[in-house]
Amino acid sequence: MDIDVLFFASLRDVVGAASISVQLPVPAGQRELLAVLGERFSDTVMQALQAENVRISVNKTLATQPLSYSDGDEIAFLPPITGG
Amino acid sequence: MHVSVRIQEDDIWVADEYRALRDRMPGTIGAIATFIGLVRDQQADDEVLSLTIEHYPGMTEQSIHTIVESAGQRWPLDDVVIVHRVGELAAHEQIVFVQVAAGHRAAAFAACEFLMDYLKTDAVFWKREATPHQTRWLESSAQDESRARAWKTPDPTEQN
Repeated sequence: MDIDVLFFASLRDVVGAASISVQLPVPAGQRELLAVLGERFSDTVMQALQAENVRISVNKTLATQPLSYSDGDEIAFLPPITGG
Repeated sequence: MHVSVRIQEDDIWVADEYRALRDRMPGTIGAIATFIGLVRDQQADDEVLSLTIEHYPGMTEQSIHTIVESAGQRWPLDDVVIVHRVGELAAHEQIVFVQVAAGHRAAAFAACEFLMDYLKTDAVFWKREATPHQTRWLESSAQDESRARAWKTPDPTEQN
């Protein structure tokens, strides 16, 4: 299945792209996604994506583990937020 | 409760927001509280040149609506407007506008502060600060987190 993966703010800077499309096996969760990303990105990038303060959203909703992805999902890696 | 949440690059025109509220407000409203947040020109002894604000279209609006719904459950509010700017803003520019209308001032003041406190910690935005020496992504401060947490204890101005 195909999913879109988005990177915001500091994570976009580290990754060097705002979004990528990836193919995942079925079924797939966060472990499968990280495995696919790990083939594409350096250890530095992977460490940044897995930092403790990074949250994941699925289709624009904050996700809680364990994650299970579906074809066409939009996954985003969100570094710490602040508005106002 | 009438709610308007807008994310925009354009500047905020406070008089227009106030006029629009007065034109649509019911007779029961007795208090209007507004807050405007600006880009500071100093941060920790360094000059701030600009702030670049980024959002996640769709998710950001939803995160703000969730904050407004929480405020609406705590106080009897009639009208809430939140306008948040994105893009590159120079020092002294307006970032955020919060306008709350209620029957009485206690609810309007408290809800306005509550909304700002939670915009700092729960609204989906990212800010990159540029000084003459560096650019860096900001996180909500320990003070922001503690202000938002303080609302989790009961408040005497609440409706219940």
